[in-house]
Amino acid sequence: MIFLGITIISFSVIHLAPGSPTDLQTTMNPLASTDARERLEKLYGLDKPLHVQYVKWLGRLTRFDFGRSMSGDFRPVWDKIKERLPLTFGMNVASMILTLFIAVPLGVASAQFKDGVFDRASTVFVFIGFAIPGFWLALLLMYGLGIYYPILPVSGVMSLDYDTLSPMGKLLDIARHMAMPIFIYTFGSLAGMSRFMRAGMLEVLRQDYILAARAKGLPLRSVIFKHAFRNALLPVITILGLSVPALIGGSVIIESIFALPGLGQLFYNGVMARDYPLIMGSLVLGAFLTLAGNMLADLAYGLADPRIRSKGGGA
Amino acid sequence: MKRKLLSRRTFSRYGMLWAGLALVGVMALCALLAPVIAPFDPSELNVDVILQAPSLAHPFGTDALGRDVFSRMLYGARVSLWVGFVAVGLSVAIGLVLGLTAGYFGGLVDEVIMRGVDVMLCFPSFFLILAVIAFLEPSLLNIMIVIGLTSWMGVARLVRAETLSLRGRDFVLASRVAGAGPARIIISHILPNALAPVLVSATLGVAGAILVESSLSFLGLGVQPPMPSWGNMLMEGKNVLEIAPWLSFFPGLAILFTVLGYNLLGESLRDVLDPRLKE
Repeated sequence: MIFLGITIISFSVIHLAPGSPTDLQTTMNPLASTDARERLEKLYGLDKPLHVQYVKWLGRLTRFDFGRSMSGDFRPVWDKIKERLPLTFGMNVASMILTLFIAVPLGVASAQFKDGVFDRASTVFVFIGFAIPGFWLALLLMYGLGIYYPILPVSGVMSLDYDTLSPMGKLLDIARHMAMPIFIYTFGSLAGMSRFMRAGMLEVLRQDYILAARAKGLPLRSVIFKHAFRNALLPVITILGLSVPALIGGSVIIESIFALPGLGQLFYNGVMARDYPLIMGSLVLGAFLTLAGNMLADLAYGLADPRIRSKGGGA
Repeated sequence: MKRKLLSRRTFSRYGMLWAGLALVGVMALCALLAPVIAPFDPSELNVDVILQAPSLAHPFGTDALGRDVFSRMLYGARVSLWVGFVAVGLSVAIGLVLGLTAGYFGGLVDEVIMRGVDVMLCFPSFFLILAVIAFLEPSLLNIMIVIGLTSWMGVARLVRAETLSLRGRDFVLASRVAGAGPARIIISHILPNALAPVLVSATLGVAGAILVESSLSFLGLGVQPPMPSWGNMLMEGKNVLEIAPWLSFFPGLAILFTVLGYNLLGESLRDVLDPRLKE
């Protein structure tokens, strides 16, 4: 149901907008005739009424057939997306893991020493983290670590001499190229995540069973890590799932700055070339991934929280 | 979704409010008084002073066409704030109408509107904005409209929840018994009581819209040169990052401070206006 809504919006957004994908090849190309334009439109099925185009497109969609790209190589959209997916996916997963490893302890410490110096410092950091534009941070890093102290490469996935390197050297080379982009991704989600961890901890620490655990003489350390921590992780799981759209959107900017051949860059190029099938395919895929992220979060939440599970099973 | 970033006691409520107001106020003054403060015409080319480092004459340096960066940034503030306010105005208007309608009438109307919200929330909004902008001409007006059209869902949810809880309250029932129609009840009883959280979310929304605009302009799909915007100044700065890093520094700082200001203001307004968060 929601999926159908997604496809309708993706389709109408692009087809109701003025300008035709054949513009680039025809009106902007003085050599093309009206005849050529008509033939092009026929080729892409653009001469048919909108609802016919939609139903045809939807039918192909169910078979993962997003149509053929209109720009350059005319390869199937799904193939182009598939080869770009691993890089974007890998970077996002790496940064998510990194975010968790930094944000969770940060949030716990902030909550434990609430209103202390550390909590204040991390609160200031969070506000700056929310306000700093990712692409600006990227520019600063590129200048600082790429130009002023040239210790990291500023673009691409691998060096020119990649093929001559040893296996270990290859790994190191890719890691060096990934360091800055992954740092930007991580920084972007760090602020929100640590705040949610802190809020979750504060919420849990107020509960009666924490008081009971403290009252029966358990050390603070074990109360925090055994009783409170696990429950405070719950909202973080949800946020992890809900952050998918932001990560996908962020990939457009980060990949275009660092010249990384991922999904974001593919989409950006598609947008620049008005490549209808590519844009529609990426939009649907992005929305689908978001939906999947939400579902995964629900699922994980159920696994982590027996209360939800029993409610779901009982009702 | 309610996100409460700060407890009241971590920092004093009024400290945050003042810091936010100060940042927002300074930026607003810069935008309003740009023609008065700016030492140079923002689009005046001067081949004699290309890519000069910051100096007394040009406090933030000059760009590749010899234009004064400080003056351009002052005019850029106008663009950013203008986009922020118009986009948020549009999203609040849509969110209010849909949220009030869904919450007050319930039933099928509610179902349809809220499913629409769910669907819109599934799109990575930056993807959607880029896709739409690519097919329209990336003009100032189009950017404002597109950002507004893709950011109303939060307000709609907020207003719907608020309306649902207000709908059954005694003063609303009393008004209905006295013979008031839906339009009158919504406008004179429900709307005024639902405005506080909307104001908070609108303030935070301005920050979000400014970030989106600058990202779009940075990608070349937002405000088009020669009209100055902090985002497209950073885009131009990126090309000469090696020889003129100051071009990539100051506009970003302006974005940071502006967004920070609206976030601080929004969070402290939430503390002040939302009685339910008081302990």
